[in-house]
Amino acid sequence: MSNAIWGPKPTSAAARHARQAYRRKFSFSQTVFIATIAFLFLPLFVLIVYSFNESKATEWTRFSLVWYEKLFFGSKDLWRAFTNSAIVAFASAATATVIGTLGAIGVNWYKFKFKPYVQAVTFLPMILPEIIIGVSLLIFFAGIKMRLGLVTIYIAHTTFNLPFVYLMVMARLDEFDYSIIEAARDLGANEIQTLTRIILPACMPGIISGFLTAVTLSLEDFVITFFVSGPGSTTLPLYVYSMIRFGVSPVINSLSVVMILGTVVLTFSLRNFLKFIAAK
Amino acid sequence: MKDGARRNYGVLYAGPTALWFTLFFAAPLGIIVLYSFLKKGLYGGVEYVFSLEAYQALINPTFAAITIRTVITSFFATLITICIALPCGYFMAKSKNQTTLLLLVIIPFWTNFLIRVYAWIAILGNNGFLNEFLRKIGFVKDYMQFLYNQEAVILVLVYMYLPYAILPLFSTIDKFDFSLLEAARDLGATKLGAITKVMLPNIKAGIYAAVLFTFIPIFGAYAVPLLVGGKDSYMLGNVIADQLTKTRNWPLASAISMVITAVTTLGVLIMMFLNKRDANRAAEERRAFADAANASLGGDASLGGDASIGSDVSMGDNKS
Repeated sequence: MSNAIWGPKPTSAAARHARQAYRRKFSFSQTVFIATIAFLFLPLFVLIVYSFNESKATEWTRFSLVWYEKLFFGSKDLWRAFTNSAIVAFASAATATVIGTLGAIGVNWYKFKFKPYVQAVTFLPMILPEIIIGVSLLIFFAGIKMRLGLVTIYIAHTTFNLPFVYLMVMARLDEFDYSIIEAARDLGANEIQTLTRIILPACMPGIISGFLTAVTLSLEDFVITFFVSGPGSTTLPLYVYSMIRFGVSPVINSLSVVMILGTVVLTFSLRNFLKFIAAK
Repeated sequence: MKDGARRNYGVLYAGPTALWFTLFFAAPLGIIVLYSFLKKGLYGGVEYVFSLEAYQALINPTFAAITIRTVITSFFATLITICIALPCGYFMAKSKNQTTLLLLVIIPFWTNFLIRVYAWIAILGNNGFLNEFLRKIGFVKDYMQFLYNQEAVILVLVYMYLPYAILPLFSTIDKFDFSLLEAARDLGATKLGAITKVMLPNIKAGIYAAVLFTFIPIFGAYAVPLLVGGKDSYMLGNVIADQLTKTRNWPLASAISMVITAVTTLGVLIMMFLNKRDANRAAEERRAFADAANASLGGDASLGGDASIGSDVSMGDNKS
């Protein structure tokens, strides 16, 4: 992105002093920020409260874990959908990581004829609204008479995951010191050795965060999946959708809380894991 | 520098990426372009006869109204989002605990998209949290209808895309040199004047990015109007889905997709153009300002900074 957004921050004494001076008193921006955070957290708060409510209706009756019990022991379809989601997420993230990493290395190190094309097609899917990708893939699959199911979902997810892996590995490669590669070559390393011993280990943090971002995006996606899924290939978001659309059961509340907790725990352990890798 | 005597393995490395996107991105888009110019098949699908029927259908009053509504909804949702996100980004940039504040903004964002939409249904529904509360305090007897209208769609869209606007604005303002604000105040500007005349022009790139990141996904919104909107708050995304799955008019679905794609592309191009123009002008202004400041302050080089407003919005690398 542009320098003004991701460039370095001013660190001179005057700049720091000014930043502090503008921090002191209670301000309009602080009020707006607090209200915004309240706005952002309100829905989560409501879900958490409702998930512990015994009654099926929204009126509060009694604290109860009945909806959690139902979620873990009485929702076979939901867990089948979750399994589908997990399969697609890991398969598509793995594919996207392998292809995207190689693509980023190729574009970063070499010059070749269709390089601008690769740069364009890795950028476009990120900015086009999801529905366009969903619709075009649906029409495409119908055109080549491919049966809709987990395979088509896998293809669609890999397609929208690839640009993110590519971007994250690229960011890592941009900081790379090329002289290391030259040193490796002078010492007689061939292309494969340079790749596996130097480039890949150096990019590892980018590759891992790319992979995990891909898993998250895949688990989260609804719109594109909605278009390219077929009978028997319900993923978790699709299942949640049908729960919202056709008969809301309070199980959805407990599911939401488990999913929120799951993402928070996963993300924090991921952050620590990445820090650990970076430290090593 | 990178070629030298080495063999060029670029094609080998980037080949799979190129192939994948050609097959599953470029080709499907190409098919949409093609289909939008074909005749509708009798039972779904298309007939391979050139026709502008789909684009003509777009001008008929029903679709024109939906297009206009989509533009208006996206415009207001984006406007509100930016107006909320600007002070938030400003506050976060000033703060000492930036990491904590960032986490506060991002955590709700981690929650599954549909779950967040559902949460709003649970709040705004006729038997929802809000109506329950209003009944308790005796404000309403039965319920008030909050859901399934235009306002609900805009509210939930703003909720969904706020972080998309806050994050780029925060990182731009974080790079802004606050001593410029002090200088403006010393020279007699009011607080508001300093912010609007000195800060806003300097963080334009971030504002453009925030507008783009919110407007584009909102313009192509599908799930939100479907779930919290009524029949009269349908947007283009919903029409595409209906044409595709219910009416089975593929050329029309393709043509509407083309409209959304065109608007997206246009938005990106406008942003690139604005950034480039600003980069040139801002660089000149900053140089002039820095010279003046240097002269008056006896050469404090920190003023004016060198955090140039970037001109490059393409995500690809630009060094080779």
